[in-house]
Amino acid sequence: MASNASSASLPRPRVPWAVVGVTPFMVFALLFLILPTLFLVVGAFQDNDGGFTLANLGKLWTPTILASYWISIKVSVASAVIGAAIGAFIAYAAVSGGLPRWIRPTIMTFSGVASQFAGVPLAFAFLATLGRQGLVTLFLSSVFGLNIYAQGFNLLSFWGLTLTYLYFQIPLMVLIVTPAIEGLRKEWREAATILGASNWQYWRHIAGPVLLPSFLGAALLLFANAFGAIATAYALTGSSLNIVTILLYAQIRGDVLHDQNLGYAIAFGMIVITGLSNLCYILLRVRSERWLK
Amino acid sequence: MKTNRLGHWIAILIGTLYFVVPLAATFEFSLRKLRGVYSFEAYRVVLADPQFQSSFTFSVGLAVVTIVFGMAIIVPMAYFVELRLRKLRPFVEFVTLLPLVVPAIVIVFGYLRLYNSSSILPLTNSTLSTNFLLTCGYVTLALPYMYRSIETGLRAIDVRTLTEAAESLGASSGTIIWRIILPNIRSAMLSGAFLTFAIVIGEFTFASLLNRPAFGPYLQLIGANRAYEPAALACMAFMITWACMGIIQVISRNAVAAHP
Repeated sequence: MASNASSASLPRPRVPWAVVGVTPFMVFALLFLILPTLFLVVGAFQDNDGGFTLANLGKLWTPTILASYWISIKVSVASAVIGAAIGAFIAYAAVSGGLPRWIRPTIMTFSGVASQFAGVPLAFAFLATLGRQGLVTLFLSSVFGLNIYAQGFNLLSFWGLTLTYLYFQIPLMVLIVTPAIEGLRKEWREAATILGASNWQYWRHIAGPVLLPSFLGAALLLFANAFGAIATAYALTGSSLNIVTILLYAQIRGDVLHDQNLGYAIAFGMIVITGLSNLCYILLRVRSERWLK
Repeated sequence: MKTNRLGHWIAILIGTLYFVVPLAATFEFSLRKLRGVYSFEAYRVVLADPQFQSSFTFSVGLAVVTIVFGMAIIVPMAYFVELRLRKLRPFVEFVTLLPLVVPAIVIVFGYLRLYNSSSILPLTNSTLSTNFLLTCGYVTLALPYMYRSIETGLRAIDVRTLTEAAESLGASSGTIIWRIILPNIRSAMLSGAFLTFAIVIGEFTFASLLNRPAFGPYLQLIGANRAYEPAALACMAFMITWACMGIIQVISRNAVAAHP
C-alpha cells in the first residue's frame, strides 16, 4: 500500500494499525456497556429535573423493594453456599482418584452442559419434576404416600427456586474449583502424613487454608450469578415470587413504581451488590494464585 | 482408604441423581400429552407451530450474527493488545468482566433509556436497528466467554514471532490477522462461538424487553399457556446445549492433539 511505503521511514509505522484494530472494540464497549451502565448510575442520583439527589436511594428503603432485595439475596446466598459445598465435594471426589478413569471427563463435560442449562427451559424441567404434576411429586405420593405439597413444599417459593438454581450452580462450582483442587500437591499430604498429621489435621492446617480463597471466591461468583438471573425465576413463578430482577423487569415493562429514577436506583443497588461480590472474588483469586501455580 | 472411596462414590451418585432425575422427569412429562399413552405428540405440536419455526430461525440467525460481529471486533483488539498495546490489558480485562458484574437486565435497561425514540441515537425506532441493538446486547453477554477463549488461543501461540516473521516477508497487518493469526486460533474461536450460540439461543431478558420475537420469549409464552409442550421444548433446549458443549469438547481435544 502507498501509505505504508511513505510511512516506512518513521520509527514506529505500525502504531496506527494497532489503534485502528482496537478502536471498534473500544467504541463498542463505550456505547453498549459502559455508557448504558453509567447512565443508570448517574440517573440513580438525579431527580426528575436532572438535579443531584439522594432521594431515589432513600426510596429503596420501602418494604416492597427491601423485601425483593432480601429474597434475592437469600436465594443467591443459599444457592451459592449449598452449591459451593456440594460442587467442591463432587470436584474433590472426581479429582482425588480412587474412581474409574472415565468418571472425571464425564463429570466435566456434564458440568459444562448443566452450568449453561439455565433460563426458561430449566424452569420447565423443574416444573415437570417437582411441580404439582411432576414425576418426583407423583412418585413420592404414590410410592411413599407423601404429598410434598400438603407438607408445605412449593416449587414457587424460596426453597423451590433455590433447589432449581442449584441445577446450574453445582456444576458451575465443579468447573471453577477443579483447577484449585488439582493444585493440591500429593507431596503436601505425604509430608503431613510422615510428620504424623491425621486426616483432619491435614484438612484443617494444609488443604483447607490453601483452598479457602478459591472456595470463597467461587462461592461469590456463584452468588453474583444467581443474583442477576431472571429468566428461570420468571418462567417458574411468574411474578408470585418478587425477587429484585423480576421487580426491575416489571418496572421496565410497565413502570409499576411510576418513578423512572427509582428504577435507576434499583439497578444501581444491584450493581453495587454484584460489584462488591466480584471485587471480593478478584481479591481472593489473587490470594489463591500464590499457592496454586 | 476404603471408607474414603465409598464417600466419593456416594457424592458422585447423589450428584448424578440430582442432575439426571429432572432430565428424565422432563422427558417423561413431555410424552404425556395424549391421555393414557406415551407419545411424541407434544413434540409434533411444537415443531409444527409456525411461531416456533420463526422464533427459532430468528434466534439462530441472531446467534450467527452475534458470533461474527463479536469475533470481528474482539479478535483484532485481542491481537493488538497482546502484540503492542500491553498497557491496555488491565482496562480490557475490566471491560470484559463487566458483563459478569452488571446483570443483563440492568444493561438492557440502560439501552432502553439511552437509545429510546426520543434520544440522540434512537436505535429502538426501527425493527432493523432494534435487531442491531439486540445483537450488541448479545455480544456484551458473550464478551467474557469470547474474549477469554480468544485470549487463551493467542497466548498458546507465539504472536510476536509469527507477526515478525510475516512482516519480514512483507505482509500487512490485515493479511497477518486473516492468514496467520486466525488459522492458528481457529479452535479457540470455535469454542467461543459454540458457547456464544448456547448462550444466545434461549436468551430471554434482552429479547423480551426489546420486544423481539426470539426463541427465549417464545419459550416463556408457551410455558405460561401450555402444559406438556414446555417439557418437550426443555428437552430440545437441553439437546442443543449438549450438542454445543459436546462440539467444544471435540474441538479442544483435537486442538490438544494437534499441538501437544
